[in-house]
Amino acid sequence: MKESFQPLLHSRGSECVTEPRASASGSAVTPFSCPAPLAAVERIVLGHGSGGRLSAELLRDVFLPMFSNPVLDRLEDQAYLEIGGVRVAFTTDSFVVNPLFFPGGDIGSLAVHGTINDLAMGGARPLYISAGFILEEGLDMEVLRRATASMAAAARSAGVAIVTGDTKVVEKGKGDGLFINTTGIGIVPEGVCLSASNARPGDRVILSGSIGDHGIAIMATRDGLEFETAIVSDSAALHTLVDEMLCVSKTDIRCMRDPTRGGVASALNEIAAQSGVKIQIEEGQIPVRDEVKGACELLGLDPLYVANEGKLLAVVSPEAADVILLSMRRHPLGRDAAIIGTVGEKRAGLVTMRTPFGSTRIVDMLAGDQLPRIC
Amino acid sequence: MKYVDEYRDPKIALNVAGEIARKVTQPWVLMEVCGGQTHTLMRYGIDELLPPQVELVHGPGCPVCVTPLEVVDRAIRIASLPHVILVSYGDMLRVPGSQSDLFQAKARGADVRVAYSPIDALRIARENPHREVVFFGVGFETTAPANAMAVWQAKRECLANFSMIVSHVLVPPAMRMILGSKSNRVQGFIAPGHVCTVMGFGEYEELVSDFRVPMVVGGFEPLDLLEAISMLVSQLEEGRAEVENQYARSVNREGNVTAQNLMREVFEVTDRKWRGIGAIADSGYRLRAAYAGFDAEKRFGMADLNAEEPPECISALVLQGLKKPVDCPAFGKRCTPMKPLGAPMVSAEGACAAYYQYKRHD
Repeated sequence: MKESFQPLLHSRGSECVTEPRASASGSAVTPFSCPAPLAAVERIVLGHGSGGRLSAELLRDVFLPMFSNPVLDRLEDQAYLEIGGVRVAFTTDSFVVNPLFFPGGDIGSLAVHGTINDLAMGGARPLYISAGFILEEGLDMEVLRRATASMAAAARSAGVAIVTGDTKVVEKGKGDGLFINTTGIGIVPEGVCLSASNARPGDRVILSGSIGDHGIAIMATRDGLEFETAIVSDSAALHTLVDEMLCVSKTDIRCMRDPTRGGVASALNEIAAQSGVKIQIEEGQIPVRDEVKGACELLGLDPLYVANEGKLLAVVSPEAADVILLSMRRHPLGRDAAIIGTVGEKRAGLVTMRTPFGSTRIVDMLAGDQLPRIC
Repeated sequence: MKYVDEYRDPKIALNVAGEIARKVTQPWVLMEVCGGQTHTLMRYGIDELLPPQVELVHGPGCPVCVTPLEVVDRAIRIASLPHVILVSYGDMLRVPGSQSDLFQAKARGADVRVAYSPIDALRIARENPHREVVFFGVGFETTAPANAMAVWQAKRECLANFSMIVSHVLVPPAMRMILGSKSNRVQGFIAPGHVCTVMGFGEYEELVSDFRVPMVVGGFEPLDLLEAISMLVSQLEEGRAEVENQYARSVNREGNVTAQNLMREVFEVTDRKWRGIGAIADSGYRLRAAYAGFDAEKRFGMADLNAEEPPECISALVLQGLKKPVDCPAFGKRCTPMKPLGAPMVSAEGACAAYYQYKRHD
């Protein structure tokens, strides 16, 4: 048994010796120490899809150098395009959720809401959506029917039409039942120009409601971690809430983000980095349901990093913050909205949080996914 | 949230901090043993509330941090076998072995699954009778009862495709090692509340009488820790050295006898190597002969695989409270959670990760 591993060990050992990054850092690292196991073998790990630092590295090192152009380089959730004098927002998103059906939603409704929200975060009115299906051989037809029925219902109720699509089938074992990609386009109203690089010192940060519901609802049903909870996903289309906010002011809203994977912490870190500012949030102001808090305590997770699918973060001018907050609270999806923080001085990408104890801690971007801890 | 918010009340916390400041007359070095306690101290900035005379150093009680390199290597090798499903607690997946980690093994095709309890691994074993299901059983006395239960149950069910990598460590021998060291600075301990929930605190009374050092069994919420610190400072200022129990809502002197009996049935005490620190006599558990058939390292012939620590990592000194994470020249530069040199930078409970996450002021 042991013998068969010798060649494997040897080859990894030699990768370690020639590992270039450790020496490039300028330190006298002996080959023996091999301190950077993650850099030694370049492969995609799950953390590359976490919305954390590994995702950002992938974007920076692989995609951007290849695709760079002024539209893409804005690095927003959607592209702003000008087509025939009309400003159009354009976005795409793929949905690989497991399980396909979960409390509060399913892959079908999520695929519609997610793409609508990416358009809405640019202030756009979503109009049309495409649907690409990757089906695994053997998928129960009833599962597909249920998912598409839910997709249709979500699109109808959001007032968008699914106007084009594609289907591919992969061999059994080459997919996880059902993957859906949706692409969306919408119209950007006159005078709207939201960007994560617009945050300025003094601005306020508004969060539209309680955090962590989606991530915990999913985790509670996942193989190996099942626990009983009343938490349901917050999956929802946010464009009508955004409409209400834009009615108050188009120019006082600097940017919006829906804190999906990576949670509020990652979204705020992106805004802070792109705007070159410090953002300070108040722990006591962030709404978290007791059930979510409890599940997070149990699993050793921080709700700031747990995914949401029906919440938004907005950075707004200090003058308009209260009025925008009131307009949000009148909308069913913004009933629990709160001002959770302030944009501080110019400083590259730092997010800090004041605890109820008066101490301040850093809210960093995680490397990959949060991991349930041992005890 | 009920039963949690009560222990996070900022007003009471400031009162207790004030009480500590009023009674302290000289410098004291205190160690919180458990990584969960380190995490709370950093997350809530409790250290910032304390008077300058009270210095906190961080102990070896992070199970991920002290798991030796070669045990991680063995887990990776076992996971990489084609017919094996390796089941692990989540935070072991990113712990670097000498060449790789379990996430990388997973990316290369290994079937690695995260579970919250070893009992889930038993279910996976029942559902996959033609695969070998291996649970990565690490941790202190806290996780030992559940792991013992899984092995006991597997034997009862004759679940032949189940086995466990047992790398259990015990707290009191590590504390004895720290106290016996010539360079020891620690004058009082916050003993680990979860470990004592299982084991009780009789073992700690021996340490107190051998070394005349005060100990308070502490919980994990901000007020628990502040109260434990306050009780320690009282003992030190008054010249007392005894075991006191701050975490009385969970811990009693005897501990959980049912759990202890099960652990004794399945495990026996053995010497154990601690990551960064080295071998400590009688500081861990291994499976008893009657259960040796469930020992994954023997079953897959991995017991002899050894590995050396990265020389640059000072985790040994950090885990013994001799250095702070920020004293390490690699901290935050060559060693980050993205590219950890040593395990204390990986786990949420690791002192280095806690400093990196909450205390790094660039």
